Amino acid sequence: MKKKLFSALLCATMVVGLLAGCGGGSSSSQGGDASAAGGDSSAHTYAIVTKSAGNPYNEREAAGFKEVIEASGGNCVVQNPESATADAQISVIQSLISQGVDSIAIAANDSNALASVCQEALDAGIKVLTLDSDVNTAVRASFCNQAGVQEVGQALIDAVYDICGGEGQYAILSATSQATNQNAWIDAMKSVQESDEKYSKLELVEVAYGDDEPQKSTDQTQALLTNYPELKCICAPTTVGIAAAAKVLQDQKSSVKLTGLGLPSEMKEYIGADDAHSCPYMFLWNPIDLGKLAAYASIALVDGTITGAVGDTFEAGDMENSPYTLSAVAGDESASEIILGPPFKFDPDNIEEWAAVY
Amino acid sequence: MKNKNSLLKKITGSREASLVIVLVVLLVVISIMSPSFLSPTNIGQIFRNNALTLLMALGMLCVMLTSGIDISITSTLAFTGMTIGLLQKYDVIHNTLLLFVIGTLIGLICGTINGLIIAKGKVAPIICTMGFMYVWRGMAYVISNNNWASGADVAGFSDFGKDGSVGPYIILTVAYIVFFIVMKWTKFGRSIYAVGSNAEAARISGINVDRTIISAYSIMGMLAGLAGVLSVSIYASAQPNMQYGKEMDVIAACVIGGVSMSGGRGSVVGTFLGAVIIAVIAKALPLVGIDAIAQNLVKGAIILFVVVLNVITQRTMDKQALMRREM
Repeated sequence: MKKKLFSALLCATMVVGLLAGCGGGSSSSQGGDASAAGGDSSAHTYAIVTKSAGNPYNEREAAGFKEVIEASGGNCVVQNPESATADAQISVIQSLISQGVDSIAIAANDSNALASVCQEALDAGIKVLTLDSDVNTAVRASFCNQAGVQEVGQALIDAVYDICGGEGQYAILSATSQATNQNAWIDAMKSVQESDEKYSKLELVEVAYGDDEPQKSTDQTQALLTNYPELKCICAPTTVGIAAAAKVLQDQKSSVKLTGLGLPSEMKEYIGADDAHSCPYMFLWNPIDLGKLAAYASIALVDGTITGAVGDTFEAGDMENSPYTLSAVAGDESASEIILGPPFKFDPDNIEEWAAVY
Repeated sequence: MKNKNSLLKKITGSREASLVIVLVVLLVVISIMSPSFLSPTNIGQIFRNNALTLLMALGMLCVMLTSGIDISITSTLAFTGMTIGLLQKYDVIHNTLLLFVIGTLIGLICGTINGLIIAKGKVAPIICTMGFMYVWRGMAYVISNNNWASGADVAGFSDFGKDGSVGPYIILTVAYIVFFIVMKWTKFGRSIYAVGSNAEAARISGINVDRTIISAYSIMGMLAGLAGVLSVSIYASAQPNMQYGKEMDVIAACVIGGVSMSGGRGSVVGTFLGAVIIAVIAKALPLVGIDAIAQNLVKGAIILFVVVLNVITQRTMDKQALMRREM
């Protein structure tokens, strides 16, 4: 009898909870409709979908986005999918579509798998843009590019050239073999190297993939050191890979040096000009600024300042390179992108300061 | 001739021996392709990089002997590792020994909860641990609050697991020696085998079945917690997604080592050999120049090959035993 009473109570609680949840949901969506009808720009809802939860880089990106949106008086929805996969993002985006947000900024985990859900969002009248990592250009208005692919490739190959002393073997430690960003940067490095006689004495011996896992990246780095005794430099254009490689090199007191793209807070321990540190300098951009840029672009898209066409211009508050102009994507002249700026160099002089930021 | 025959019988008749042969063949092939593979540094790295798999395989052995399975281990590892990382990041505790004790205790608690639910609640092990796989992993994300603990945060502590430090090797050696003794010569070891072979018979012969099962999961959790601390020390990094999906490597190590999925059968030596084979494969694949995108394929093929070999050996063993009995 007691048990029955208890389960009945439990059921009742759950039902009440459900009703309360539904009630809350419908009232908030009503609020959204009302404001949309009134045309009050300040009450627009802007969403950002990051690559995954639990990653400081994504968290800073979302923080920058939120700061700008809230300062402008808009509503901000931040969604971090539980894993860094396209599947997880698709379900998040679908729920945003049914919530009826005004814009969605996506850091895509897969360029093609997200195309149909982005199209759904466009069909529902939602402005879609991407940041950090792009989707198929046909299904988004524009892409906030953290740094031009060409600029990143140039900066990385120049760093390799500098660290190797102009000649010798170098290797690349990447994330996964399908990672859109990393592959684009590696291709850019290769093409820069081929295009200029200056780099002819550099030899890329291998592109290894650590899958952004510390353990696998460690194995791969050690394999590179064993297989290529003449190796002078490793370039790791991924935050997990560079930290794992830095630790391997530093622990082994290897003469091989490291550069690439890394988070300052993760790399503080390893950056230094002397032989005791494995990484003389590396690059990245500011994820907070990237989030801010995506926020300004979202606002400009929603209020109609820009449509996503090449040549459009918009103001981005107090950001360094404001106003930004939409430029054409290399190889696809009809699609636009917004480039944040050149990659930023972190060296022993500024690493302490930046490690405290992100 | 007869002598040769019995040697052959001995080899095909013992699972451990056939695993040693597989390992030797693997090592010879790899050494031909990459001559420096058997250098002392490289061998050291094999054990260090796979210390977590080696360590957790011992716990998985206990659990699988009771005819259970635990797929929540890498989540326990991540939760523990993240806790240990954050304790240092926010300057709460920096004492290496204390951190190891805390981590192991957290793991022990996680494992005991698993064991209680499975033994007392009669929930299927795979279902219960699947639930906790999500719970502990989720907890790791929640407590991390989008932060990682990295090199500078765990400086000092990471010296323990640093390349060249003997720390991880000591832990592994002690763990394997202790387990070898416990599983072979103690009452507890025998009761685990008994429960796995036939729980009813074990109960009748006076073994507390529930307590044995709870102990097995507690040990598993404890080792997963220890592995979490060790992981932070070895990789100088704590991230909520650490070792994601690696529970399969641990299970594979046991299965390769001849631990039966239906319980009651398996040994510490076999588990060790299975885990070493997994470790050698992981280390060798990038070294011998197999294309990165094909590495998982090769790994899976080798695992399947060894397991099939195992089944055949087992069958030969059973047949031989039967023949002896008939004679």
